[in-house]
Amino acid sequence: MAIAESIDDKLDVADVRKHFPIFSHPGNEGLVYLDSAATTQRPTKVLDAIRHFNEEYNSNIHRSAYKLAEKATAGYECARLLIAQFTGAAHSHEIIFTRGATEAINFVMRGWGEKFLKPGDEILLSEMEHHSNLVPWQVAAQKSGAKLKFIPFDDNGELELGKLDDLLTARTRLVAITHASNVLGTRVDVKRIIDAAHAAKAVVLVDGAQHVPHSPLNVQDLDADFYVFSGHKMLGPMGIGILYGKEALLDAMDPVLYGGSMIDDVRQYESTWAELPWKFEAGTQNIPAVIGLGAAIELLEEWGLRRIEEHDKMLTSYVLRQLEQIDFVTVYGPREHRNPVISFAIQGIHAHDIATFFDSRNIAIRSGHHCAKLIMKKLNISATARASFYLYNTTEHVDLFVDAIHKARGYFARWI
Amino acid sequence: MDLDDLYQEIILEHYKEPKNQGTVADANVHVEGRNPFCGDEIKLTMLVQEGIVQDIKFTGSGCAISQSSASVMTEHIKGKRVEEVKKLFEEFGHLVRGEEHMHEQIDDMDELSAFQGVSAFPTRVKCAMLAWNAMKEGIEKELERYAE
Repeated sequence: MAIAESIDDKLDVADVRKHFPIFSHPGNEGLVYLDSAATTQRPTKVLDAIRHFNEEYNSNIHRSAYKLAEKATAGYECARLLIAQFTGAAHSHEIIFTRGATEAINFVMRGWGEKFLKPGDEILLSEMEHHSNLVPWQVAAQKSGAKLKFIPFDDNGELELGKLDDLLTARTRLVAITHASNVLGTRVDVKRIIDAAHAAKAVVLVDGAQHVPHSPLNVQDLDADFYVFSGHKMLGPMGIGILYGKEALLDAMDPVLYGGSMIDDVRQYESTWAELPWKFEAGTQNIPAVIGLGAAIELLEEWGLRRIEEHDKMLTSYVLRQLEQIDFVTVYGPREHRNPVISFAIQGIHAHDIATFFDSRNIAIRSGHHCAKLIMKKLNISATARASFYLYNTTEHVDLFVDAIHKARGYFARWI
Repeated sequence: MDLDDLYQEIILEHYKEPKNQGTVADANVHVEGRNPFCGDEIKLTMLVQEGIVQDIKFTGSGCAISQSSASVMTEHIKGKRVEEVKKLFEEFGHLVRGEEHMHEQIDDMDELSAFQGVSAFPTRVKCAMLAWNAMKEGIEKELERYAE
């Protein structure tokens, strides 16, 4: 049951950790998991919800008049209601299930972009987009004759929003922007961007994959036109994501996938489409994943996103304080107002070698370009090491992480 | 899984002081290798004449494994016949993937055998193979061109 949330009481991390079987699985004792920006671990409640569906009421939804199917349909649509509440959507039919944030963006690119983008239109992105919010728009621009423009980021890893007025023009049709960078950790002031974009009569899509796990969301307060995120980065299952869209925009869009369950009427040579949200949900959906995502959201609300945010903030400032003391470490991204995603370099050691060294100490971090090659290019590097923290990480994990940095430097010292 | 098996002295020495870095001025083979998952890149230039790799150099950026593997590779294939190089490619692939193989080309004393430790680190196999895959692609392209 959800308990009243107050930021006075802190997240009980020891208790939180007990919900994640992976941490007590034989062989995983001592695992320091610092890759939650890639995917989070899954709590028992989510795993149980999936198992219960499979063992107790597996059946297809919206189709059959028997008890199992009724229960499956109820579970599926209940999750939609939960997600609508969680995101602050005005209507639950504005919540469309997709395979993930990437697919959700592709839906907008295909269903909205291919229909409405015209030659000479401008699409405004930022230089810190994940490839998932860059590549679809490159292709959309190539197909439609629209032009891509980019909001640059500064040396501090902050978007240069002072340039917005110049970048937004009468030709700007779409602004597609991340809510938080998966590399730099930057939290983007999307409200300011949305207001400016709307003043220029542009539609705004927000990629919330890195925001939603860490902070409360209200798509209506933001006035976002489209908002996407992924289940597996917020304790939910893989293979499920959300496309939120304002009703009028979703109505105006073409369907993206055609086939079963997305139709209103089918005749021999033509068909008509179902109403929202089913117009976009062709074929059998990933029903257990939807139900699992619902369970994840219940848990996030129980633990409280404000409390999670405070915990993230505490860990972030604790780790940054220590890294600042180390002269052979470079940290990318802003010092303040950022997510617990720390991209860093150790002088003389390549990111992959750092990651392998950390793995030998049972610390899981990511290395590479993190699907954000525009950032790498701008920073003039080919890869970074990245540690991302979440609600099950402790200050002890930070200490082990910082210690591993010193040990790595020692291990490779002779060759640096 | 001991880290020292991966980061053997020879490997790190090549990382620190790579051999054959640069560009072959009169090269007839130019090829790039890229690891799309991590951004490691390598550019090879080779002069292949009369079925022999006369010269080979590389430039690039990446981890200790990918860069030292490129360095060791260039030392080993320079002066070798293309058929030998292809056999070496096969055997090196078996070696880093930890597959059974005939020790025809690479014996235990060989610098190439230092990469045996990679097999215990499956995520790093692609690093060790980056330069080799590029080299093979380059040689095959050149042979095709020659055949035409």
